[in-house]
Amino acid sequence: MTMTATLTSTERRIGFAISAALAVLGLTMAAVAKSGPMAVHGAMALVLGVALVFHLGGALYDHPEPSNRRHAEYYDAPTRFGIVMTLIWAVVGMGVGVWLAALMYWPEATPLWPGTSYGRLRPVHTSGVIFGFGGNALIATSFYVLQRTSRARLADAVSPWFVLIGFNLFCAWAATGYLMGQTQSKEYAEPEWYADLWLVVVWVTYFVLYIRTLARRAEPHIYVANWYYMAFILVVAMLHIVNNLALPVTWGSGESFTIWSGVQDAMIQWWYGHNAVAFFLTAGFLGMLYYFLPVRAQRPIWSYRLSILSFWGIVFFYMWAGSHHLHYTALPYWVQTLGMTFSIMLLVPSWASAGNAIATLNGAWHKVRDDAVLRFMFVAAVFYGLSTFEGSFLAIRPVNALSHYTDWTVGHVHSGTLGWVAMIVFGAIYSMVPKLWGRDDMAWPKAVEWHFWLAITGTLIYVVSLWNAGITQGLMWRAYDEGGALSYSFIESVEAMLPYYAARTLGGALFLAGAVLCALNCGATMRAAGDQVDEADRPLYTQPAE
Amino acid sequence: MSTDPKELPGADPHTGNRDIDPVTGYDTTGHDWGGIKELNTPFPRIALIALVLTVIYSVITWFLLPAWPMGRDYTRGLLGLDQQEMAKDHLRELAALRETWLGRFETPDFDALSDDPALMAAAMPAAERLYQDNCSACHGRAGGGGPGYPVLTDTHWLWGGAPEDIATTLQVGINADHPDTRWAQMPAFDWMEPDEISALSTYVAAMPSGRADPDSEAATLFVENCAACHGEDGAGGMMNGAPSLVDGAVIYGQESETVMTTLRNGRQGVMPAWTERLSDAEINVLSLYVARQMEDSGGDTATGAMQ
Repeated sequence: MTMTATLTSTERRIGFAISAALAVLGLTMAAVAKSGPMAVHGAMALVLGVALVFHLGGALYDHPEPSNRRHAEYYDAPTRFGIVMTLIWAVVGMGVGVWLAALMYWPEATPLWPGTSYGRLRPVHTSGVIFGFGGNALIATSFYVLQRTSRARLADAVSPWFVLIGFNLFCAWAATGYLMGQTQSKEYAEPEWYADLWLVVVWVTYFVLYIRTLARRAEPHIYVANWYYMAFILVVAMLHIVNNLALPVTWGSGESFTIWSGVQDAMIQWWYGHNAVAFFLTAGFLGMLYYFLPVRAQRPIWSYRLSILSFWGIVFFYMWAGSHHLHYTALPYWVQTLGMTFSIMLLVPSWASAGNAIATLNGAWHKVRDDAVLRFMFVAAVFYGLSTFEGSFLAIRPVNALSHYTDWTVGHVHSGTLGWVAMIVFGAIYSMVPKLWGRDDMAWPKAVEWHFWLAITGTLIYVVSLWNAGITQGLMWRAYDEGGALSYSFIESVEAMLPYYAARTLGGALFLAGAVLCALNCGATMRAAGDQVDEADRPLYTQPAE
Repeated sequence: MSTDPKELPGADPHTGNRDIDPVTGYDTTGHDWGGIKELNTPFPRIALIALVLTVIYSVITWFLLPAWPMGRDYTRGLLGLDQQEMAKDHLRELAALRETWLGRFETPDFDALSDDPALMAAAMPAAERLYQDNCSACHGRAGGGGPGYPVLTDTHWLWGGAPEDIATTLQVGINADHPDTRWAQMPAFDWMEPDEISALSTYVAAMPSGRADPDSEAATLFVENCAACHGEDGAGGMMNGAPSLVDGAVIYGQESETVMTTLRNGRQGVMPAWTERLSDAEINVLSLYVARQMEDSGGDTATGAMQ
């Protein structure tokens, strides 16, 4: 089950060489930087590289070759690792989120050392959940879905490990860098230039692996889930590269200057930021939804034509919508108008996806009632519909005049991330884990039901409290008395937030409790792994591809 | 691709029929991805209508508002709107509303202003918000001050507590970057011997309770080093920023430990100058507001509160 046991001796040698190269890279980074975050990050890469060198080196020659039968199976070991990392990052990222929510209610509790200040912990939360939790879930499920919808084994055995381990090194660099005060000050793109370059290498490897495996597919048509996964991989690469173009201060410093400046920088940043929502937090997870929902419900996708409309609508319209993050700023009015109108047109393709998913459940509603796993997916589709409606609504310029800079935005994001993204991930995890660990069901089936109710209650409390918070803030900030003076001082609007911040902490804590339960449940399932094999769940072409 | 239904993917080679889904009655597209199939459901009319409606909305919006780039220019829109102008108009409207009462404060005739109850009813609530937005971060929401920041609700004022004096302090600040700023510095007496600093601290700490020994060596040190600014009797009041040391209202505290820190390091607190941020009229409103709060609380720190 471990990585080494699934690799041939040639693959182990390749892995050994890559690990050694990583160790050298880490040593070089640490030596050139000498001190500061970049040196720490070099040391982390060095330790990881050396650990992998020992791990693979100990099995270079005297280890048995994996059975030739492996070509008649899907390559799921990387997915299993990815699921474990997903769960670890879920607990870390959401845990930090709940802690920060509590700090907003109780700021005096902020510890005195800089590493635990709000400003440094906040990106640990956002990157931890978006990239750590969401990213690992996307990569793990994409390998799983890609193989099963193509009826083909992954094109090679080394690159999936490179992608997953490399991506998690990026995430660890990001989180530790923030704690040390390292940031590019670009939201959701905080990591510095060397981490960005590293991610480009990882991401290109990911795309090549994806395309090579897809080329082996048995069905001539490409399934919708793979359209979305490919859009996710390709566009994220493009966004990441353009937004992170920067000049390092020196090669030995973890600091850089972006090549963009002024309002162009803001526009590039929110073109990136909004399409990170579109292609990281939407397209990839739609791929997940498009596979796990019909399989769990055992129903055909309701409408192929609607899938086409929503896919091309989403990839085309989203690209234009980023400027709605900059309404009423120095950005020219015409760019804002375009962002607003394309956000409105985006609604129909988004709802087409949500509607297609919900209509797919026709004939399976009794399963939605009885099966918490399918219910996670159903709720995800509903929240996807709600969040995209809210998103288009908030993008309307006069509406944005009320909502901008308020906690309504935060509530909107969490309606998408808790209600949609995390729900579909949990549905996918509960679908995959028993299967990948050779069992019929989770170790604690009842805990899945508990998790569902914790998650939905937490999400609703969180989202509703921040709707109230945001609208209250917006109305207080814009209120003038009859004499033309502000009706409220700013601090009054802060004090008005107290009950909502308490409620959002509670909502977040419930959601976190569900995620912890999920991690424990998965851990118990993994420890009680069985040896059941689904004979139908295998590639169609069993001959070695080499 | 053949148009013969029997040759279409997924079709029965004898009848040409494809899978019919018993729930919806639609046939499938014939694709099969490891068991996942798709229905050949036609486009729901409502989706197409909704898409067309959003496109119509967008096209109308593009005609009305600035929308598309045209080389070095952009389409201006039939409504001729400009976001900078709209924002300025809105600000001008509010300024005009404020002018009805704020205009009176351009001349700092505080007695006359104070005697107009209608004006005070309009101005003081607005002044309260000005205070909360600009002053409360240092001076406290209720004007109670804090270590290093003076109480505004008592009668102890280093630079005067009349509205005119407060207005001057707001305009020029204390140790601020304004050319005419009020200037005050408590120098560091770090050249003194440790036992001298210690004795002087004990002496100063005992001054508010009147138990400082006038015949001690520390008393001599006080007269030689401190009296020039704080007065022979330590009562201050010389309008040079040096506080009275006998009223127990020193903003940094007057415990001997604190005095020792002050003697070793000196003090140079800053009150910013506000002319860059507030208009003269706003400064006058705020000055009157702060002075009136002091009067209303009877100069009693313990019960003194803004509002």
